[in-house]
Amino acid sequence: MTTASAFEPLISSAWGQPQSWTLEHYRQRGGYESLKKTLEMAPAAIIDEVKKSNLRGRGGAGFPTGLKWSFVPKDNPKPKYLTVNADESEPGTFKDRYILSLDPHMMLEGIAIAAYALGVHTCYIYMRGEFKHPAERTQAAIQEAYKAGIFGKTLLGKDFELNCYLVRGAGAYICGEETALLESLEGKKGWPRLKPPFPAVVGLFGSPTVINNVETLSNVPHIFARGADWYSKLGTEKSGGTRLVCLSGTVNRPGVYEIPLQTTVSELIFGDTYGRGLPEGRSVKAVIPGGSSAPVLSPNELDVALEFEALRLKQTMAGSGGVIVMDDTSCMVRCLWRVARFYAEESCGQCTPCREGTPWQTRLLRKIEEGRGEMADLEMLSHVASSIAPYPPMGLGNTICALGDAAALPTHSFLMRFRAEFEAHIHEKRCPFGDKPWGAFGDWS
Amino acid sequence: MAEPLFTPEEQKKFDAGIAEILSHYPPDRKSAGMLPALRLLQDLKGWCPPEGIRLVAKNLEVTPERAYEVATFYVMYHLKKPGKYTIDVCTNLSCSLRGAEKMLAYLEGKLGLKAGEANEKFTLRETECLASCGTAPCLQVNEDHHENLTKARVDELLAKLT
Repeated sequence: MTTASAFEPLISSAWGQPQSWTLEHYRQRGGYESLKKTLEMAPAAIIDEVKKSNLRGRGGAGFPTGLKWSFVPKDNPKPKYLTVNADESEPGTFKDRYILSLDPHMMLEGIAIAAYALGVHTCYIYMRGEFKHPAERTQAAIQEAYKAGIFGKTLLGKDFELNCYLVRGAGAYICGEETALLESLEGKKGWPRLKPPFPAVVGLFGSPTVINNVETLSNVPHIFARGADWYSKLGTEKSGGTRLVCLSGTVNRPGVYEIPLQTTVSELIFGDTYGRGLPEGRSVKAVIPGGSSAPVLSPNELDVALEFEALRLKQTMAGSGGVIVMDDTSCMVRCLWRVARFYAEESCGQCTPCREGTPWQTRLLRKIEEGRGEMADLEMLSHVASSIAPYPPMGLGNTICALGDAAALPTHSFLMRFRAEFEAHIHEKRCPFGDKPWGAFGDWS
Repeated sequence: MAEPLFTPEEQKKFDAGIAEILSHYPPDRKSAGMLPALRLLQDLKGWCPPEGIRLVAKNLEVTPERAYEVATFYVMYHLKKPGKYTIDVCTNLSCSLRGAEKMLAYLEGKLGLKAGEANEKFTLRETECLASCGTAPCLQVNEDHHENLTKARVDELLAKLT
C-alpha cells in the first residue's frame, strides 16, 4: 500500500520544471535508460514484464496493456502498427494535454519500447486537431528523437527501424474510439468498425495494430526502470502504478493530479494536496467520476477509490479519469442537458439509435429545463435513453460503438439519482434555479 | 479565365507538403493522407475551397466525392471563408460550471454576433470540449488556446485582435 504522504509521482514528476519537454531534460532524469534495458531483452519477455506490472489502459476502458500486446499474432506476414490515441476529448478529461506539452519524451520512450516488443516499425500518434500547442511540443520531441538516433533507421544503435509520425485530427470526438481512429488515420470519416475482428488482428490498413493511450505508454518506461513487481505494488491488486485524474467543476483547486489508486473521490475533492474543497457555504450535490459518460455519484457515495474495480462496484466507471464536481446550487437538468448536447453533436450518425436518440434526449432536456416539460417527457426521456443503451448493464447497447452507451448512461443515472429535480422543473413550469443554474462559479466576471 | 487557386509560392508549399505527407504512408495507401492534406490546404488558403478539395483528391488519387465526404465530416475544416479570427468557446459541463455560458453571452454582446454567426473579422462558435476543463472557462482563437478567462482577460484578448 502506498500512502499519500510517501507517494512519489511517476508521470507528472517533471511538470513545472523549466524545459521539462526537451530531450536534454528527459535524459538528465534517466530518460531512455529503460529503452536501453529492453533492447537487451527478448520481445516476449518485455510483454511478460508489462503483463506482470498490471498496467491497465488509461484511455477509458482499463483493459490490461500486456494482454492487449499479446493479442498481436506472431505469424501474420503483414506489417504491424502501433497507434497512439492522443484524441483526448471527453468532457472532464484533460490529462493528455499536460503529458504531450510537458513531457512528450516519456510517451516516446514508451512508444519505442512497445514498438520493439511488438515488432512494429511504424507508429502513428493520432492527436486531436484542437491541440495546437501540444502538437508543436510533441512534433519537436519527435524531431529530437530522430536526431538523437532514437527513431529512424536504427533504434538507439540497434538494427531496428522505427518511424514515428504525428497525425492531427480535425475535430471529431468519435475518433477517440479506436476503430473510428483507424478509419480517420486511413483518411476517411470517423465511422467506427464492427468488432470482431479486433484491431490487434485486423487494424490499420488491414494489418495487426495496437492502440494505446498517451498515459498508458508514458507508464511503460517506469515499469522497466524499477521492475514490474515494484510497479504493480504501487497500485491495487488488479491495477498497477499510479493514475492521473482530472478535477474540474465547482472545486477550489481544479487541475490534473497524480494519485495513488487507493485515493477516494472524497479525498480528491476535499484533500489539501488536491481540490481543497468547495467555496465556503457550498456542498457537493453530484460528482461524475470518470469523464462525462460515467454515471453520476450522489454525495453519500464519495467514499470510493478512484480505481477501476471499486467504481465498477458502484455501477459507474473510472473511465478516462475526469472527475467533475457540481455543488448544491447547480441545476441537474441543465448539467445533463450540456452533457447530452455533447453526444448529440459528436454522434457520427452511423447507427440510428444514436443518431436519432442523442438529439432527441437533448430536445427533451431543453424542454424540461425551460419549464415546458410534462411528466410524459420524463418517461419518454428514459425510453429514448434505453433505446440507445439499456441500464444496466453497461457496454451492451444497441450501437456499433460505445458512444451510444456513453450518451445513455448519464441520462439513466441522473434520472435515477435526481428525479425529484426533474419533476420540480415540470411542476413549477420553470427551472427552480432561475438564471443561476451553474453553482458557485457560474456567475462569471 | 478563373484565377489560379495558389500563388506560385503557395503551389510550391502545397507540392512539398503533399510529398512529405505521402512519405508517411505505404505507397498503395495515398488516400490515408487526406486529413493532413486538407489541413495543408486550409493552412495555405485560410479555408478549404471546392477547387482545393478537388486538388487534394487528385493528389491522393481518390474521387472528389471521397474528399468531400471527409471535409464535411470534421468540424475543423472551413468550407466557407471564415472571418479573420475564428473564436471557439467551450460551453461543455466543466466550462459552464465556471461561467462559460456567461462568457459566451459577453462575447456575443461585444462582437455583435450570435454563436454560429460570422462577419468579415470574426466567426464566433460554440464548441464541445477543448480538453481544458481544469482551466475553465476557455476559448481558442484560430487554434490558439486561452484559459482561466475573466472579463478583463477577454477584453484584453479582443483588443489584440486587429
